[in-house]
Parts: sequence; C-alpha cells; structure tokens
Amino acid sequence: MDEAIRAENVSVIYRPRGSRRLLRQYLQDRLTGRQAEGFYALHDVSFSLGRGEGLAVLGANGAGKSTLLAVLAGLLTPDSGRVAVDGRMSTLMELGSGFHPDLTGWENLRLYGAILGMSRLEVRDRADKIVEFAELQGYMDQPLRTFSSGMVLRLAFSVAVHAEGDVILIDEILAVGDAAFQKKCHRRLLELREKGATLVCVSHVSAMLEPLCGRGIWLHHGRLVRNGPYREVAAAFTDFISGENRHLWDALPDAPVRTSAGS
Amino acid sequence: MRRSNLGFVVAELVLKDFRVRYRNMSLGVFWSLLNPLTMMAILTFVFTKVLDNRIPYYPLYVLCGLIPYNFFTLSWVTGTVSISENSALVKRIPIQTALLPLVSVLSNTLHLAIQLLLVFALVLWYGLPVTWHYLWLPVIWILELLFIYGLALASSSLHVVIRDVRYVVESANLVLFWLVPIFYSFAMVPQQYKSLYEFNPLAALVLATQSVILGHRPPPPTLMWKMALVSAIFLLIGTFIFFRLRRRFYRYL
Repeated sequence: MDEAIRAENVSVIYRPRGSRRLLRQYLQDRLTGRQAEGFYALHDVSFSLGRGEGLAVLGANGAGKSTLLAVLAGLLTPDSGRVAVDGRMSTLMELGSGFHPDLTGWENLRLYGAILGMSRLEVRDRADKIVEFAELQGYMDQPLRTFSSGMVLRLAFSVAVHAEGDVILIDEILAVGDAAFQKKCHRRLLELREKGATLVCVSHVSAMLEPLCGRGIWLHHGRLVRNGPYREVAAAFTDFISGENRHLWDALPDAPVRTSAGS
Repeated sequence: MRRSNLGFVVAELVLKDFRVRYRNMSLGVFWSLLNPLTMMAILTFVFTKVLDNRIPYYPLYVLCGLIPYNFFTLSWVTGTVSISENSALVKRIPIQTALLPLVSVLSNTLHLAIQLLLVFALVLWYGLPVTWHYLWLPVIWILELLFIYGLALASSSLHVVIRDVRYVVESANLVLFWLVPIFYSFAMVPQQYKSLYEFNPLAALVLATQSVILGHRPPPPTLMWKMALVSAIFLLIGTFIFFRLRRRFYRYL
C-alpha cells in the first residue's frame, strides 16, 4: 500500500534545562560544559501508515502522544530518527490559536484559513460552507469576543476541517461543542477519510474512534508497546489501566528512560 | 505549506495587526501622527528657542530623522518578540516561522507610510519643490527593510533561546537615538568619524532621506553602497542564525 506516514526510530529527549532561557544559566552551562540530565519523551518509535488509513494514538498522560504529533507535524525535530509525511498536512491542535477577539467572525475565518495553509481562492470558495457547518450564520459580522466559547470552537473546527489536508493530525479536540455538533464533526472526518485523507488522532479510548481509526498504537513512557488493529490495541490499553491481566504488563517500565548525566 | 500561499498568510497577518491596532481607538490613525508631531514640536522648541542652530526648515528636518528612527525602533522591538509571543502558532501549526518577524516589519511599514504623509504635508506647506529624486526614496526604504528584517530575524531567534535579548534591543535603541542625525546635522560630526558614521544603516537612511527631501539631490553614491553592503550582511547573518536556532524553538517556547 501507498505510504502516507513513515516514522523510523524516532527519539526525542527532553531536558528540564531545555528551558534554559536566562543569560545567566546559559553562560553557567556553557562555562561548566555540563548538559543537564534528560529523559526520552519518545524512545525509538517506528511505525508506518498507509494513505487513507486512520490511526489512533493511545496512552496515559505524559506518554508522548502530543510530542509524537508535533514531530509528525514537523514542529519538533527529533533528536534521532526520521519522519516522512507525504502530502499536504492540516493540524487540528489547540483550535483557534491565531484567533483575535477584536476581529469579526469573517476576519478570523480568513486569518485562520490563511494560517492553516489555505489559499486566498480556497478561503473564498469555502467560506459559506464553513459558516454553515459551524452554524454561525448571522453572527459573522460581530467581533469574536461576543461569541460564546462553544461558538469560537465551532468556527475553528469548521475552518480546520475545510482545509482538506491529505494528512490530518488531531490532538484531543474531538470533544467540541454539544453532542449534536460532535456527531457532525465525526461525520465530516469520516467523509474526509473516504475522500482519501489519512488521519492521526490523539484521543481517549472511545466508541466514536472506532469507525474513524482502523489502526492503533499505544505509547507508554515514550515507547511504542502495541501497534495493530485499533480494537486490539484499545482492548489491551483498557486492560492495562483497569489493572486486569497484570502479569502481561510486568515487563513495562514505570518511568521514562533517562539519559546519562554529562553526556 | 504550499509556496503560493505565503503571500496570503503574510497579508492576513499584517492586516490583523493593522486592524487590531486601530479598531478600538476613536481617533484611529490620528494617534500614529500625534507622537512624531509632539516630538517634533518639543525638539523644535529646544533647538531653536533654547539652543541656537542654523538648520533650515527645522521642523521638517526633525521629522525626516524622527520618523525613520521611530519606524526602526518599533520594527526591531516588535520583530524581536514576534516569535516568542506567537508561541501558540509556532508550537501548534506548521507555519513558516521566518514570516513572523517579516510581518512585524511590514505592519510597521504601513504605519510608516501614514507618517510619511506628514512629511509631504510639511514639504507642501514650506513650498519646497518635489523633484525626480523622490524616486530614490523607495529604493532607500527597501534597503532599510531588508536590513531590519535581517536584524529582526537574528534577534527574534536569539530571543527564544535567551530571554534577555529584548532588553539589549531596547537599550541599543536608546543609544542609537544619539547616533542618528535627528536633531543635529551630519555636518557637525567631526571629519574623522564621518566615514564610519555612514555605515550605520539607520543614519544612512536618515541622511539619504534628508538629501532627497531637503537637499533636492540624489543620495551620495558612497552612502548607497554602504547601506546596500550592510543590509546584505545583516540579511545573511539573520538567515544564518535563524536556521541554526530554528530546531530549538519548540523546546524553548
């Protein structure tokens, strides 16, 4: 099958001193030649995903799910390993970054569309569809600060799913708006997948994920411990959190791998 | 992101800055004229009434220095913080980060265009001739834009990694006010320093603007090549530093 995403031995190291932002600390570390001890946020992760497939990324908090998404999106360069993503990408992470409360709905729509990589023409053609999908007809001339938070999220989601990337990365945002709107979002994502888009969803285990994602991976303290059909991976992960079949999970480490100090 | 859309993103981000800046002010664009007008009035009072000087058309002379200086300092400071203050974009959306300082510089250019209208109003008020040499002005300004973009690209990248950079930039701007012929004239600078003085692109910009508007002659060629040289060097340095530090942005923001 045609590959849309390929990750080979990807490792990302976080150092607490990575946020060494003050000149004083910078000079201190430079002079002593010391590098702070860190840990692997991702450790030797490899997988691939075919075009048009859906992948759910499961794992506890701090397992490296968002880090993996940032690496796939090209926002974060891994310390080692390689990532190749084929096609135009659109990201649905922290919806509405880039919105400004003083601009009107229309102005924010254009701005966000541009930021997400749509062309002037695409924004113009899809604007009405975007507003209709967000159910915001009649509000768009008002400044965004008069919108409720639900309305803001609906607008952001609607713009993002109309950017129509070949590869769509989604970070825990499937809980947008009320139940009816959530259903609509899922339908739209399914529609995009049927059109050939590849999906990667970071999410909690939920019945709604199943039709969207045929495949699943489970990350545990930065390591990939399961990779297979969504149903199996989700079942294993659920077992693990609920503490069933404990003997199966004894081999799993209970902390991320540390890098040695001074290296 | 596809290349053809870069212009659209930049245009939308610049428009956003412009709208946000003026939308909530009842006097709108007038505010951006008030600051140079006040400074012009004060400097004119001090240097014609309190101290004596023989520079003709002194208020216009002051504006020819003050407006480029304001443009430079504002662009540099907003450019320096442009990446760190847009961390929500840099960390969540695959956008060309190098565009952010460019957007800051271009937003201030819009601002500058409004203020330059003030200069032309004064030119007409004094009845000074408008010559063909005015065509040099866009050339000078484009060179200056390249210089500031290079500078902002470097300082914004460094600012992500070391948060002290902003204060260095602000202090440098204070010092720079005295190294630009805003209220004194270039003729007063001692001969042995003149050649070096011209290498300051901001001073060169002011000198070239004064030469066109008040001197009715093209900017001196030596000034132009010095400006072009320094702009090119800073653009290269900025690009180099940006590409060296880019990989660290996500972790430091």
